[in-house]
Amino acid sequence: MFDWLMWFTRMDNSKPLALILFFGAFCGVLIYVFADQRRSQRLESYKNIPLDDDEPVQPDAAPAERHPQSRKVMDNE
Amino acid sequence: MSQSSALPAEQYNYDIIRRFTIMAMVWAVLGMSVGVYIASELAWPFLNFDIPQLTFGRLRPVHTTLVIFGFGGSALFATSYYIVQRTSQARLAFPWLAEFTFWGWTGGVALGVMTYMMGITQGREYAEFEWPLDIAITLVWVSYFAVYIETLRRRTQPHIYVANWFYLAFILAVALLHIFNNLAVPVSLTKSYSLFSGVQDAMTQWWYGHNAVGFFLTAAFLGMMYYFVPKQAGRPVYSYRLSIIHFWALIFLYMWAGGHHLHWTSLPDWVSTLAATFSVILLMPSWGGMINGIMTLSGAWDKLRSDPVMLFLITSLSFYGMSTFEGPLMSLKSVNALSHYTDWTIGHVHSGALGWVALVSFGSFYHLIPRLWDSKMYSQTLIYVHFWLATIGIVLYITSMWVAGIGQGLMLRSFDDYGNLAYTFIETVEFMHTPYVWRALGGAFFVTGVLVMVYNMAMTIARRQPAAETQLSAKPAQA
Repeated sequence: MFDWLMWFTRMDNSKPLALILFFGAFCGVLIYVFADQRRSQRLESYKNIPLDDDEPVQPDAAPAERHPQSRKVMDNE
Repeated sequence: MSQSSALPAEQYNYDIIRRFTIMAMVWAVLGMSVGVYIASELAWPFLNFDIPQLTFGRLRPVHTTLVIFGFGGSALFATSYYIVQRTSQARLAFPWLAEFTFWGWTGGVALGVMTYMMGITQGREYAEFEWPLDIAITLVWVSYFAVYIETLRRRTQPHIYVANWFYLAFILAVALLHIFNNLAVPVSLTKSYSLFSGVQDAMTQWWYGHNAVGFFLTAAFLGMMYYFVPKQAGRPVYSYRLSIIHFWALIFLYMWAGGHHLHWTSLPDWVSTLAATFSVILLMPSWGGMINGIMTLSGAWDKLRSDPVMLFLITSLSFYGMSTFEGPLMSLKSVNALSHYTDWTIGHVHSGALGWVALVSFGSFYHLIPRLWDSKMYSQTLIYVHFWLATIGIVLYITSMWVAGIGQGLMLRSFDDYGNLAYTFIETVEFMHTPYVWRALGGAFFVTGVLVMVYNMAMTIARRQPAAETQLSAKPAQA
């Protein structure tokens, strides 16, 4: 029933499979991070978070107003 | 969750950070002094004094434990508790549990080094604690994870800043490494036998050992770098997208590289080849991160002339780049045949440990200390003095170890015309005496720098404003 699992135990099979999976995942991360311009802008906006944290937090402010520079910008904005 | 217009010292839990910062410096002085002492023992063996507790074999794990887990660990607790609160804009969760991490960690390190001096050890590199302490450390670590993850969950900041990713990866990976490497069968309170044996044991130990370097001494300190370099520079990190690539590539690749510590052994050849391959690929994310950190100063290089704290941080990144180039080089089988079992390895470790880990910690502490105690650094000049003492010390250390290690490696594999070994073992030991003296001197420079920092830090704390004391002792804002 589980004979097909034996296919993975052969290094000739598992090595190229691992290469495809891992390299594919790496390419996926690259595409996610760099391909979409709006997403790129959103991701880059997060780099200001350490610079925002000296401002005292206002208790009554909404989250977006508390962190104007680093609020979550949606990709479809 | 804290949401007030209070000052940072009231809004956040700084008390636990102050304690870890002070203990980090205490462990630094003790651990590095022991390091200089054992370096001197290798140059002048009479310093063993025939006292078992003072011999190199017992003091060496005392040194590594005090500097890695005492100094490095406490620095990571302090900075991670600071960063997670500041970047989440939330007060530290479970203060009593955070308190437990302090006493548990500090007590664990103190007890551990005492047991080593008594000769109680598992004999596993960087994991010498016997099983009762291993269990205690596991409890501390789970508590650390709970405090960290709950603070992140309570954040008012929508995004989890990348420094926290590195700290979380460090917490999770170290838990995994610690538990599996220390699986053992206890036979008494002070003795246990590992569940692993033979080549599997060797592979488990170096899977642990290399990833202790990868996650404890690299990933976590990169988290430190991603917060304190932009903060001290007053400008955001060069590329946030590069930091994401850096994170995923580094985390994925490090786990595979441990086998390169076992080249030319009974470990299957394909395993050590795979480890060497991943080690070489690891150069890319390492340098990507280094470039990301250094380029944060792009357009503001003048800060290197005017800000000694920036000097610490950027020099640490330079050493990070250098040691992450040297590492892949040494993982190549042909280079490893020369370098392994020689002092080149010791030099490599210290270019990372002193140049990267210690310098980035000192830079971060110089940023932290005035903020934690609401004061100004006592002396900028002393920060420069510390920087140059540390840098000269590191350069003396690593160059002397290159001379000792490469010379030793070449001598051990030299043959005469008849195929006999050209040198006896004792001739290689005699050759290494002079570099050993220089190494001890380099270490002494480094420790002197740390003592200067401790003085500067103590004076900074001593002269804080009375108003600040009132503020610090005030009850924290509503949590």
